Amino acid sequence: MPIIALLIFTFATALIGLFIPIRYGNRFAFISSLIVFIYSLYLFCTFPITADFQYVVDYSWIQSLGIHFKVGMDGISVLLVMLTTFLTPLIIFSVRKSEPRPRAFYSLLLFMEMALIGVFVSMDGFLFYIFWEIALIPIYFICLLWGGKDRVRITLKFFIYTLTGSLFMLVGLIYLYLHTPGEHSFDIQALYTAGKSLSAHAQCILFWFFFLAFGIKMPIFPLHTWQPDTYSDAPTQGTMMLSGIMLKMGIYGLIRWMIPMLPVGLSQNAQYVMWLSIAGVLYAGIIAFTRKDMKRLLAYSSISHVGLIAAGIFAFNGQGLQGGIIQMLSHGINVVGLFFVVDIIQSRTGTRDIASLGGIRLKAPYLATVFAIIMLGAVALPLTDGFPGEFLLISGVFKFENIMGAVVGLTIIIGAVYMFRMYQRTILGETSLATENFTDLTAGEKAVLIPIVIMVILIGVCPNLFLKVSEPAILKLLGGI
Amino acid sequence: MNTLIILSALGVVALFAEIFRFRKGLFPLILIGLAAAFFFTAKEYNHPQVFFGMMNFDNYAVIFSCAILIIAFLWFMMAKNYFLQETSVTDHFALILFSLVGAVVMVSFNNLTMLFLGIEILSVSVYVLAASDKTNVMSNESGFKYFLMGSFATGFLLFGITLIYGVTGSFDLTTIQHNLSTGRETYMALAGVLLLMIGLGFKSSLAPFHFWAPDVYEGAPTTVTTYMATVVKTAAFAAFYRLFSLCFWQLAAHWTDVLSWMVVLTLFIGNVSAVRQRSVKRMLAYSSVAHAGYIAIAIVAMSVPSTCAILYYTFTYSISSLSAFTILFIVSRHKGSKDISAFEGMSKANPLLSFTMTVAMLSLAGIPPTAGFFAKYYVFYTAINHGFTWLVLVAVLAALVGIYYYFRVIIAIYFKPEQQLVPIKVGPLHRTVLIITTILTLLFGLFPNLVLGWL
Repeated sequence: MPIIALLIFTFATALIGLFIPIRYGNRFAFISSLIVFIYSLYLFCTFPITADFQYVVDYSWIQSLGIHFKVGMDGISVLLVMLTTFLTPLIIFSVRKSEPRPRAFYSLLLFMEMALIGVFVSMDGFLFYIFWEIALIPIYFICLLWGGKDRVRITLKFFIYTLTGSLFMLVGLIYLYLHTPGEHSFDIQALYTAGKSLSAHAQCILFWFFFLAFGIKMPIFPLHTWQPDTYSDAPTQGTMMLSGIMLKMGIYGLIRWMIPMLPVGLSQNAQYVMWLSIAGVLYAGIIAFTRKDMKRLLAYSSISHVGLIAAGIFAFNGQGLQGGIIQMLSHGINVVGLFFVVDIIQSRTGTRDIASLGGIRLKAPYLATVFAIIMLGAVALPLTDGFPGEFLLISGVFKFENIMGAVVGLTIIIGAVYMFRMYQRTILGETSLATENFTDLTAGEKAVLIPIVIMVILIGVCPNLFLKVSEPAILKLLGGI
Repeated sequence: MNTLIILSALGVVALFAEIFRFRKGLFPLILIGLAAAFFFTAKEYNHPQVFFGMMNFDNYAVIFSCAILIIAFLWFMMAKNYFLQETSVTDHFALILFSLVGAVVMVSFNNLTMLFLGIEILSVSVYVLAASDKTNVMSNESGFKYFLMGSFATGFLLFGITLIYGVTGSFDLTTIQHNLSTGRETYMALAGVLLLMIGLGFKSSLAPFHFWAPDVYEGAPTTVTTYMATVVKTAAFAAFYRLFSLCFWQLAAHWTDVLSWMVVLTLFIGNVSAVRQRSVKRMLAYSSVAHAGYIAIAIVAMSVPSTCAILYYTFTYSISSLSAFTILFIVSRHKGSKDISAFEGMSKANPLLSFTMTVAMLSLAGIPPTAGFFAKYYVFYTAINHGFTWLVLVAVLAALVGIYYYFRVIIAIYFKPEQQLVPIKVGPLHRTVLIITTILTLLFGLFPNLVLGWL
């Protein structure tokens, strides 16, 4: 029942938000998302550490087809729901007052939160697909209505790109559904059984169908070409949503749906997909190094980080999966923080061009400090949130194959290089024309960034707080195959 | 049978209304009549009746008749104002009512002669209606083209019926089915099936027999186009499926190949041609061709769920296109243009129109949680279930092309700069139609059992 409450509450607030007087729009959206956060925090704190799904609700939805409205949370879901509900209030709070059509904007953000929570709690393949697609609609409109100059072309490309993957996943899901034993059903367990019973050949083909869907969403090289354009042209809140939470849908899909359903498909293709992921890590890292636009740099760094997560998950061992989970959280937090910092810089100076910035530290020490901490998290310094994740991921890949581990380990170096370079050119040095009148963080901006900084350090210092929640579920996953 | 009697009586009353100067009261009378027809049809649910071996009102017929009546009801609400401006309201209404009679016959025939009669009753009225904008050259062209091509297709249909008669010695569906099953798969029978497929493919605008559709749809008055895209399409597919599932399923091995390639062609031509259109009306015409392709997948993969798939698809497609065409009608009357630029920047001043159009486009594009998604899902499910995964993959690619042109309309509505802030006037009837269709689109998308549960 708590899950239904979460879904209904976010959906209701999204609807009500459309009719609230504009003056209260911001407060309303923020407070309602805060309530969702507090409630899910409560769920998280009282979450029993077992491998079983909790709070399972199961309604028959379309009887004749065996489709159920079945939701539940295990250790993996609860962490991602936490991530969603933690970031959404911050994202909503970061919206600038000058945004046109604020009510629709807030409503779409809340609606998106609903869809994302739905994706992370679905235990029915059909329901999962519906939420997966519904999440696309608000982000499409957010990018279309509030995006940058070239938004029409870019958002359409984004939409068609992701829908391509989704439709292939739909074909795969129907195929699996028709192979479920007895009365056909979309229940997650039935789909697991169906997938495992398929021949190796069929599993391999389905593996690529699902890979297309999840790989585009994450994105994995070479399916990433929509991402830098979309990230840099979307409004900042859209980018935060996309990079902070939405790409976790893809990773979550891998862990929850694809790998347990198609173990043989994975073991036969792990080589290829891991090399693709690793290629993405290096390729995107090197490109990030050459970017002049801060947002684009972060977009490519995101591809690079996600490549590492994917490689760790495809390695499919305890370290890799646990690392993937914790890195999903920390990447979400870091990237939202970083995009917000870029947004602050852009709103003050009117530019994201690295070359024309500099010396911000002299004018805004707070911003410089916060930026530094989040950046250190992103480059995985020990005691920040990036470290446990990357450490586990790389050791997971090592366990799979030494050469891959060695190559993927380069990511730490490359990441540090482009991040420090950006920091150095924008924050340190002499002030430039653009940054002469730079003002420090306002109270509102601090309110967004301080929780992020706290989380960066919290996850870094005691990652076990989160790892222990997902551990039983991961062990069950590993044992089940 | 009640349906036929009520509809024919209404049609006759509508004709006489002109003489007795009863124009004002005619419209409410028709709505009441349709509601009554719906009520009496629904009462026959689960009480199958056969009339002289010619008509068989089984559940299939009852449900499709109900679907057609619902769509017709909404259509009348949408088209009222258009026809009232004309001098000859009554004969237009009468023509529509008679064509509805044809549609009901098409979904309930049990004899090939009735199939032929149904198609003719439906078509002849629509030929006239397509040309009903008498002073407009385009409309005349449309009616003339439809008539010429339509008669040609009728020829094929008749020829097919004759050949089938030659093989089986009967027009009766059960006898044909029985005689064909005793191993008379002669070339003559196969040629007959092929010719029938051509005739019905023409009526349901399957490529390569779709050439008339874009021109006729574009030239005909928007309300008539709506009628063709909704009621006519539903009836055509219901007849197509009824005939092929009752009579020719033993020969499926012979004709599924042909039909599946027709589907591929239809999907490809419909979707790709729609991309290039500037006129929203022509775009919707090509999209209607494309949707015929999706529906026909269910016929190719003929099995138990096909019936549900066709019912759900035609019904929800009709509702969504009714919504889209109504908005097109309102906007084009206001702006004097059917071009996509007429929609630009209307979101701020017209929230209702923008929202309903967005839902309609999302539904046509097949995005959840709208009904269009579930329709596509169900068709795909039917096809994969029957081993036509390759056809589904083709359809998936076609659907992706579809996103492009449907979203162009959405983009125009929301993105392009505001052209004028004067809200477009929407009459109460149109408003009702839009609200009903939008609610139904979302409702059927979330609870498909509301439609599927009946079959």
